[in-house]
Amino acid sequence: MESESRVIIRSAADIVTARQKGRVLAMELGFNGSDLTLVATAISEVARNIVDHAKRGEIILATVNHGSRQGITIIARDEGPGIPDVDRAMEYGYSTRKGLGVGLPGAKWLMDEFEIDSKVGQGTTVTMKKWL
Amino acid sequence: MHVPVLKQGDYLIASVQSALSDADLVQLRDDLADRVGQFRSRGVIIDVTVLDVIDSFATRTLRAIAHMLKLRGAETVIVGIQPDVAFAMVQLALTLAGVGTALDLEEGLAYLNRGARRNLTHGK
Repeated sequence: MESESRVIIRSAADIVTARQKGRVLAMELGFNGSDLTLVATAISEVARNIVDHAKRGEIILATVNHGSRQGITIIARDEGPGIPDVDRAMEYGYSTRKGLGVGLPGAKWLMDEFEIDSKVGQGTTVTMKKWL
Repeated sequence: MHVPVLKQGDYLIASVQSALSDADLVQLRDDLADRVGQFRSRGVIIDVTVLDVIDSFATRTLRAIAHMLKLRGAETVIVGIQPDVAFAMVQLALTLAGVGTALDLEEGLAYLNRGARRNLTHGK
Protein backbone atom coordinates (compact mmCIF):
# COMPACT_ATOMS: atom_id res chain seq x y z
CA MET A 1 0.00 0.00 0.00
CA GLU A 2 1.37 3.36 -1.00
CA SER A 3 -0.25 6.50 0.17
CA GLU A 4 0.94 9.91 1.09
CA SER A 5 -0.86 12.96 2.32
CA ARG A 6 0.21 16.44 3.08
CA VAL A 7 -1.20 18.88 5.58
CA ILE A 8 -0.28 22.53 5.37
CA ILE A 9 0.31 24.00 8.82
CA ARG A 10 -0.56 27.68 9.04
CA SER A 11 -2.34 27.93 12.37
CA ALA A 12 -2.98 25.96 15.53
CA ALA A 13 -6.23 24.65 14.02
CA ASP A 14 -4.20 22.75 11.40
CA ILE A 15 -2.50 20.79 14.20
CA VAL A 16 -5.80 18.98 14.81
CA THR A 17 -6.18 18.20 11.08
CA ALA A 18 -2.64 16.81 10.87
CA ARG A 19 -3.00 14.48 13.83
CA GLN A 20 -6.42 13.26 12.68
CA LYS A 21 -5.08 12.43 9.20
CA GLY A 22 -2.08 10.71 10.76
CA ARG A 23 -4.34 8.62 12.96
CA VAL A 24 -6.43 7.56 9.96
CA LEU A 25 -3.36 6.56 7.94
CA ALA A 26 -1.90 4.64 10.91
CA MET A 27 -5.23 2.88 11.39
CA GLU A 28 -5.32 1.87 7.69
CA LEU A 29 -1.84 0.44 8.12
CA GLY A 30 -3.02 -1.71 11.01
CA PHE A 31 -1.65 0.08 14.07
CA ASN A 32 -3.61 -0.62 17.24
CA GLY A 33 -5.21 1.65 19.82
CA SER A 34 -2.33 2.80 21.95
CA ASP A 35 0.04 3.14 18.99
CA LEU A 36 -2.56 5.26 17.16
CA THR A 37 -2.65 7.61 20.12
CA LEU A 38 1.16 7.75 20.33
CA VAL A 39 1.43 8.59 16.61
CA ALA A 40 -1.31 11.23 16.79
CA THR A 41 0.27 12.81 19.87
CA ALA A 42 3.73 12.88 18.27
CA ILE A 43 2.25 14.60 15.18
CA SER A 44 0.57 17.11 17.45
CA GLU A 45 3.90 17.98 19.09
CA VAL A 46 5.89 18.43 15.87
CA ALA A 47 3.05 20.37 14.24
CA ARG A 48 2.89 22.68 17.23
CA ASN A 49 6.62 23.19 16.96
CA ILE A 50 6.03 24.53 13.43
CA VAL A 51 3.26 26.89 14.57
CA ASP A 52 5.25 28.16 17.55
CA HIS A 53 8.60 28.67 15.86
CA ALA A 54 8.16 28.89 12.09
CA LYS A 55 4.54 30.07 11.78
CA ARG A 56 4.01 27.86 8.74
CA GLY A 57 5.16 24.61 7.27
CA GLU A 58 3.86 21.21 6.31
CA ILE A 59 3.39 17.71 7.63
CA ILE A 60 3.80 14.82 5.22
CA LEU A 61 2.34 11.49 6.21
CA ALA A 62 3.34 8.38 4.31
CA THR A 63 3.66 4.65 4.55
CA VAL A 64 7.15 3.24 4.66
CA ASN A 65 8.44 -0.24 3.87
CA HIS A 66 11.73 -1.76 4.91
CA GLY A 67 11.96 -5.34 3.75
CA SER A 68 8.88 -6.97 5.14
CA ARG A 69 8.47 -4.27 7.75
CA GLN A 70 5.81 -1.67 7.32
CA GLY A 71 5.34 1.55 9.15
CA ILE A 72 4.34 5.16 9.04
CA THR A 73 6.68 8.02 8.39
CA ILE A 74 5.93 11.58 9.38
CA ILE A 75 7.90 14.51 8.04
CA ALA A 76 7.44 17.94 9.58
CA ARG A 77 9.08 20.60 7.46
CA ASP A 78 9.30 24.34 7.76
CA GLU A 79 11.32 27.20 6.37
CA GLY A 80 11.40 29.02 9.65
CA PRO A 81 14.36 30.46 11.57
CA GLY A 82 15.91 27.05 12.25
CA ILE A 83 17.28 25.79 15.56
CA PRO A 84 20.73 27.12 16.51
CA ASP A 85 21.43 24.37 19.04
CA VAL A 86 19.64 21.14 18.13
CA ASP A 87 21.13 19.16 21.02
CA ARG A 88 19.81 21.72 23.45
CA ALA A 89 16.39 21.76 21.76
CA MET A 90 16.23 18.00 22.24
CA GLU A 91 16.75 18.28 26.00
CA TYR A 92 13.57 17.67 27.88
CA GLY A 93 12.27 20.86 29.45
CA TYR A 94 14.41 23.21 27.41
CA SER A 95 12.37 25.89 25.72
CA THR A 96 13.26 29.22 24.20
CA ARG A 97 9.66 30.29 23.92
CA LYS A 98 6.29 29.73 25.43
CA GLY A 99 6.37 25.93 25.26
CA LEU A 100 7.11 23.41 27.95
CA GLY A 101 10.18 22.22 26.11
CA VAL A 102 8.45 18.88 25.82
CA GLY A 103 7.46 18.85 22.15
CA LEU A 104 10.49 17.60 20.22
CA PRO A 105 12.05 15.32 22.85
CA GLY A 106 8.54 14.04 23.66
CA ALA A 107 7.82 13.20 20.03
CA LYS A 108 11.10 11.29 19.90
CA TRP A 109 10.05 9.14 22.87
CA LEU A 110 6.70 8.37 21.28
CA MET A 111 8.14 7.17 17.96
CA ASP A 112 10.60 4.42 16.99
CA GLU A 113 12.88 6.62 14.89
CA PHE A 114 13.44 10.34 15.02
CA GLU A 115 15.79 12.56 13.05
CA ILE A 116 16.05 16.31 13.05
CA ASP A 117 17.85 18.44 10.53
CA SER A 118 17.92 22.16 11.10
CA LYS A 119 19.81 25.02 9.53
CA VAL A 120 19.66 28.51 10.94
CA GLY A 121 17.92 30.81 8.50
CA GLN A 122 16.73 27.92 6.33
CA GLY A 123 14.39 25.84 8.39
CA THR A 124 13.86 22.57 10.17
CA THR A 125 12.89 19.10 9.01
CA VAL A 126 11.88 16.42 11.48
CA THR A 127 11.52 12.88 10.14
CA MET A 128 10.03 10.26 12.42
CA LYS A 129 8.87 6.69 11.94
CA LYS A 130 6.89 4.12 13.77
CA TRP A 131 7.02 0.46 12.73
CA LEU A 132 4.16 -1.98 12.89
CA MET B 1 -15.34 23.39 18.73
CA HIS B 2 -16.86 25.38 21.58
CA VAL B 3 -17.18 23.42 24.83
CA PRO B 4 -20.64 23.71 26.45
CA VAL B 5 -20.59 24.48 30.17
CA LEU B 6 -23.59 23.37 32.25
CA LYS B 7 -24.45 24.53 35.73
CA GLN B 8 -25.38 21.77 38.16
CA GLY B 9 -26.02 23.12 41.66
CA ASP B 10 -22.74 24.40 43.07
CA TYR B 11 -20.80 22.83 40.22
CA LEU B 12 -20.06 23.52 36.58
CA ILE B 13 -19.70 20.70 34.10
CA ALA B 14 -17.73 21.27 30.90
CA SER B 15 -18.26 18.40 28.48
CA VAL B 16 -15.76 18.31 25.67
CA GLN B 17 -17.66 17.17 22.55
CA SER B 18 -14.93 16.80 19.93
CA ALA B 19 -11.24 17.35 19.27
CA LEU B 20 -10.09 20.68 20.68
CA SER B 21 -7.85 23.17 18.98
CA ASP B 22 -5.54 25.34 21.05
CA ALA B 23 -7.99 28.22 20.66
CA ASP B 24 -10.87 26.07 21.97
CA LEU B 25 -8.85 25.20 25.06
CA VAL B 26 -7.99 28.82 25.74
CA GLN B 27 -11.67 29.74 25.22
CA LEU B 28 -12.67 27.05 27.73
CA ARG B 29 -10.22 28.48 30.25
CA ASP B 30 -11.69 31.97 29.89
CA ASP B 31 -15.31 30.72 29.94
CA LEU B 32 -14.76 28.76 33.13
CA ALA B 33 -12.94 31.58 34.90
CA ASP B 34 -15.92 33.87 34.12
CA ARG B 35 -18.67 31.42 34.98
CA VAL B 36 -17.17 30.35 38.29
CA GLY B 37 -17.63 33.98 39.32
CA GLN B 38 -21.02 34.38 37.69
CA PHE B 39 -22.52 31.26 39.31
CA ARG B 40 -20.38 31.28 42.46
CA SER B 41 -19.42 27.69 41.69
CA ARG B 42 -17.44 25.59 44.17
CA GLY B 43 -16.41 22.87 41.79
CA VAL B 44 -15.78 22.28 38.09
CA ILE B 45 -15.75 19.01 36.21
CA ILE B 46 -14.04 18.89 32.82
CA ASP B 47 -15.05 15.76 30.94
CA VAL B 48 -12.40 14.82 28.36
CA THR B 49 -13.74 11.34 27.53
CA VAL B 50 -13.89 12.07 23.79
CA LEU B 51 -10.34 13.42 23.51
CA ASP B 52 -8.07 11.04 21.61
CA VAL B 53 -5.00 13.22 22.13
CA ILE B 54 -3.91 15.21 25.16
CA ASP B 55 -0.59 16.68 24.14
CA SER B 56 1.77 19.02 25.99
CA PHE B 57 -0.25 22.13 25.19
CA ALA B 58 -3.54 20.56 26.28
CA THR B 59 -1.96 19.29 29.50
CA ARG B 60 -0.47 22.66 30.28
CA THR B 61 -3.79 24.40 29.60
CA LEU B 62 -5.81 21.94 31.72
CA ARG B 63 -3.33 22.46 34.54
CA ALA B 64 -3.57 26.24 34.13
CA ILE B 65 -7.38 26.07 34.18
CA ALA B 66 -7.37 24.03 37.40
CA HIS B 67 -4.91 26.38 39.10
CA MET B 68 -6.76 29.49 37.93
CA LEU B 69 -10.10 28.16 39.15
CA LYS B 70 -8.53 27.24 42.48
CA LEU B 71 -7.54 30.88 42.85
CA ARG B 72 -11.16 31.76 42.08
CA GLY B 73 -12.30 29.44 44.87
CA ALA B 74 -13.36 26.39 42.87
CA GLU B 75 -11.99 22.86 42.82
CA THR B 76 -11.42 21.27 39.39
CA VAL B 77 -11.57 17.61 38.52
CA ILE B 78 -10.64 16.25 35.10
CA VAL B 79 -12.61 13.13 34.22
CA GLY B 80 -12.56 10.56 31.44
CA ILE B 81 -8.89 10.43 30.39
CA GLN B 82 -8.82 7.31 28.19
CA PRO B 83 -6.25 4.54 28.84
CA ASP B 84 -4.38 5.13 25.55
CA VAL B 85 -4.28 8.86 26.21
CA ALA B 86 -2.99 8.27 29.74
CA PHE B 87 -0.29 5.99 28.28
CA ALA B 88 0.81 8.63 25.77
CA MET B 89 0.88 11.29 28.50
CA VAL B 90 3.10 9.09 30.66
CA GLN B 91 5.41 8.47 27.68
CA LEU B 92 5.66 12.24 27.26
CA ALA B 93 6.29 12.61 31.03
CA LEU B 94 3.30 14.93 31.22
CA THR B 95 1.56 15.16 34.57
CA LEU B 96 -1.49 16.85 35.95
CA ALA B 97 0.23 17.35 39.30
CA GLY B 98 -1.97 19.21 41.74
CA VAL B 99 -5.07 18.66 39.62
CA GLY B 100 -7.92 16.37 40.64
CA THR B 101 -8.72 13.49 38.30
CA ALA B 102 -11.45 10.87 38.36
CA LEU B 103 -12.55 7.99 36.18
CA ASP B 104 -15.80 9.44 34.89
CA LEU B 105 -18.50 12.02 35.54
CA GLU B 106 -20.00 10.04 38.42
CA GLU B 107 -16.65 9.67 40.17
CA GLY B 108 -15.92 13.33 39.46
CA LEU B 109 -19.10 14.40 41.26
CA ALA B 110 -18.21 12.09 44.16
CA TYR B 111 -14.73 13.66 44.27
CA LEU B 112 -16.18 17.18 44.51
CA ASN B 113 -18.79 16.13 47.08
CA ARG B 114 -16.08 14.58 49.26
CA GLY B 115 -14.16 17.87 49.05
CA ALA B 116 -17.27 19.84 50.01
CA ARG B 117 -17.88 17.61 53.03
CA ARG B 118 -14.26 17.91 54.09
CA ASN B 119 -14.48 21.69 53.98
CA LEU B 120 -17.70 21.54 56.04
CA THR B 121 -16.12 19.40 58.77
CA HIS B 122 -13.10 21.68 58.90
CA GLY B 123 -15.43 24.61 59.37
CA LYS B 124 -14.14 26.26 56.20
